[in-house]
Amino acid sequence: MTADLNSFAWLLDRLAYEPRRNGKLALMTDYFRRTPDPERGHALAAMTGQLAFANAKAGLIRSLITDRTDPELFALSYDYVGDLSETVALMWPAARPRDGIGHNLPAPTLAGIVAALAEAEKRELPTLLADWLDQLDETGRWALLKLITGGLRIGVSARLAKTAVAGLGALPTDAIEEVWHGLTPPYEALFAWALGEGPEPEADDPAPFRPAMLAHPMEDADFDRLDPAAFSAEWKWDGIRIQASSGLDAQDRRVTRLYSRTGEDISGAFPELVEAMQFDAAIDGELLVLREGRVQSFNVLQQRLNRKTVSARLLAEYPAHVRAYDLLVDGTEDIRALPLSERRQRLEALLAAKQPARFDISAELPFTTWDDLAAARAEPGSVGAGADADAIEGLMIKRSDSAYVPGRPKGLWFKWKRAPGLIDCVLMYAQRGHGKRSSFYSDFTFGCWRTGENGDELVPVGKAYFGFTDAELTELDRFVRKNTINRFGPVREVTHTATSGLVLEIAFEGLQRSTRHKSGVAMRFPRIHRIRWDKPPGEADRLDSIERLMVRTSATGSEPEG
Amino acid sequence: MRPHELLTPTPSGLYCPPADVYIDPVRPVARALITHGHADHARAGHGAVLATRETLGIMAVRYGAAFTQQQQVATWGERVRIGEVGFTFHPAGHVLGSAQIAVDAGGLRIVASGDYKRAADRTCTAFEPVRCDVFITEATFGLPVFRHPDTAGEVAKLLDSLTLFPERCHVIGAYALGKAQRLVALIRDAGYDRPIHVHGAMEKLMGFYEAHGVPLGDIHKVVAAERKTLAGEIVICPPSAVQDLWARQLPDPVTAFASGWMRIRARARQKGVELPLIVSDHADWDDLCATIREVGAPEVWVTHGQEDALVRWCAMNGIRARPLRLAGYGDDGEADGEMPTAAS
Ligand SMILES: [Zn+2]
Ligand SMILES: [Zn+2]
Repeated sequence: MTADLNSFAWLLDRLAYEPRRNGKLALMTDYFRRTPDPERGHALAAMTGQLAFANAKAGLIRSLITDRTDPELFALSYDYVGDLSETVALMWPAARPRDGIGHNLPAPTLAGIVAALAEAEKRELPTLLADWLDQLDETGRWALLKLITGGLRIGVSARLAKTAVAGLGALPTDAIEEVWHGLTPPYEALFAWALGEGPEPEADDPAPFRPAMLAHPMEDADFDRLDPAAFSAEWKWDGIRIQASSGLDAQDRRVTRLYSRTGEDISGAFPELVEAMQFDAAIDGELLVLREGRVQSFNVLQQRLNRKTVSARLLAEYPAHVRAYDLLVDGTEDIRALPLSERRQRLEALLAAKQPARFDISAELPFTTWDDLAAARAEPGSVGAGADADAIEGLMIKRSDSAYVPGRPKGLWFKWKRAPGLIDCVLMYAQRGHGKRSSFYSDFTFGCWRTGENGDELVPVGKAYFGFTDAELTELDRFVRKNTINRFGPVREVTHTATSGLVLEIAFEGLQRSTRHKSGVAMRFPRIHRIRWDKPPGEADRLDSIERLMVRTSATGSEPEG
Repeated sequence: MRPHELLTPTPSGLYCPPADVYIDPVRPVARALITHGHADHARAGHGAVLATRETLGIMAVRYGAAFTQQQQVATWGERVRIGEVGFTFHPAGHVLGSAQIAVDAGGLRIVASGDYKRAADRTCTAFEPVRCDVFITEATFGLPVFRHPDTAGEVAKLLDSLTLFPERCHVIGAYALGKAQRLVALIRDAGYDRPIHVHGAMEKLMGFYEAHGVPLGDIHKVVAAERKTLAGEIVICPPSAVQDLWARQLPDPVTAFASGWMRIRARARQKGVELPLIVSDHADWDDLCATIREVGAPEVWVTHGQEDALVRWCAMNGIRARPLRLAGYGDDGEADGEMPTAAS
């Protein structure tokens, strides 16, 4: 296969249809293996979002096709295909290479196109583009038009494309991530290294990304196995895990980048942090919004995410802050191999010396037993988190001697998230279930107390269908049948006064404000945690205590688990 | 005689009043002339059928020997007189035995081309252009976006995938008559000589082609118990079986589909196809236009597909054209014409 744009287009075409990760990897690795430099490097750049053609607009493509086809035929075709680039690619009146005859000029390479576009003036673009379209086949034209209009969606992440490069030899993908930000297309040194034909490329980027170290969830069995004295603990903040990387380049100019956990450069969205990063270091931390020193909920932070530009108002209303967890590079020294306890001392020293605005250190929690930590996890406010307790997602528990290892190594770092919310509610209505549960009352509506016009009243806050055993279901069903005070079709209303009725301890994953619910709250995944046969309904929770919980829990589940 | 007096659309199909015969009728009639064996053109239950020997054979394979009361063989180029009208069968290059039917009376000649293609295909006799006064053309792929690529490239896609995923079974959906055999021939011509496995529903027609001088190499019928052992093999099955349990029991299948519709990405994705192969047994846009020029007809009737665009093209080129809306074609799930859903 020749290494022109047609062959890259074939790859893109196949990737667009291949649903399996392994299938995509095999296709890409195969392409990289049989395509020479620099073509494969430009292809890698295209797939990792490093190629930016900002020149061509849909309007230019429309005008090119209008010059060459009948408007009515174009309209019928576009209507049928539904995609401009694809319609133009297929309709383009070029000599077709059926049975090998057709082209006079060889098809352009991606490398050639990149070079030509870099030099071309805007007025030259139509001719350039038309010539290329003449020389390419249908798939090649489609790929070119998608590339230059920025409409290419191939279902491949940058990470997967790098994994495919790693697949050329025996490199781990993280090794490529390490050097990635120091490299530029067409990545010749990278391919040579991946193929075992050259040395590791020099990472001359002074502020590269280092792949993040991630934690495992703490399991019950871990507590017996692990010695608390070997660990340190800190709060797990409900923000965005970031890496703040800053250094001087060969000309002594400062290069500063803020990366997401996956290595995406998000500097543009947080200019105030970039400005604050006047240090030579790479800091692992949590991005938060702080107002008057208080950590805001994830919902507030969300206002700052996914923005290409930021207004002055946004900067003022949602001031960004980094709570530092770890130090990966101190000056120019990579200290990831040092134990966490030493890295922590270096981090403290660095922050004390440089005092960067908008940066502080994540506090270590004193503890001697796991029970101490359990208490902290249950009530962060009581162990120093104060008013910020609402923005705490749980605990991070890290081996004090752990090196900083990319990925999710076993046995070093753990996360122990806060328990799901628990509230005591009163059973109000019950409804028959479906399927094999249809003979039982198994859908339960429950409520909490609030102050109404005539004193305390119950307001429904949610519905639960599970969480109970079969034996408990039989008991609940019996309770419903014995205590029915009203029937509405399949629904029974059961007694629910301060002194008579049934209290259900409800567990849930999150709370949200809701205008659709009478109570103003909606629960995520409510389930019956325990049946409180012992508790008088009058002692069940009140709506205002749920509203207090809401602030704390509403932010969960927003970012993929770290 | 005026053209519409010689051939006219009716609910039963294209009717020739002076001879009292129908071409490809969709309902049972006394006397039918059949262009080719696809189920939307060739139906059982007519009183008498005039068709090529191969088409009659295909109808017998599919419907049983008693598909009609009386069979009459049409020979290439030989004029059959019925009343004052002459009927001559010419190859259409669509599937084995497929014909265009030239109808002439009083110095007027209309060619009903049925389904046809111009691309090379060793499994059937090549299309023969016949000069005429009125040309009735299909328009299955009658939009300028349908430009079928070189079939060698499509087969290369399949064989490349087999090399890249040698542990996966490559299951290809293809229509049982014509497409499946052409696909096998193309795969053979690319040098692949391992057995090709076919769904039970295809076995008979594969045999029929072989018996009519189209060598297809080692064809192997898939039996249920063997399905698990077909890793790395090529399996061809009817389109309806591709998404079935039938195909899902094959080892880690790559789902391919051979059709002209595979040109349009949204269509291929809609079908859940992972390896679209653009192989069609219909003329593409360029070939439709070239054929219309070649037969030199001053008037063209367009049927069977995307009529509007082809009528427009004729108008732009000074050719009188009108859509001929015939009911009942392309909706039985067999020909290429089955594929579109709402848009056509
Ligand atoms: Zn047909
Ligand atoms: Zn047809």
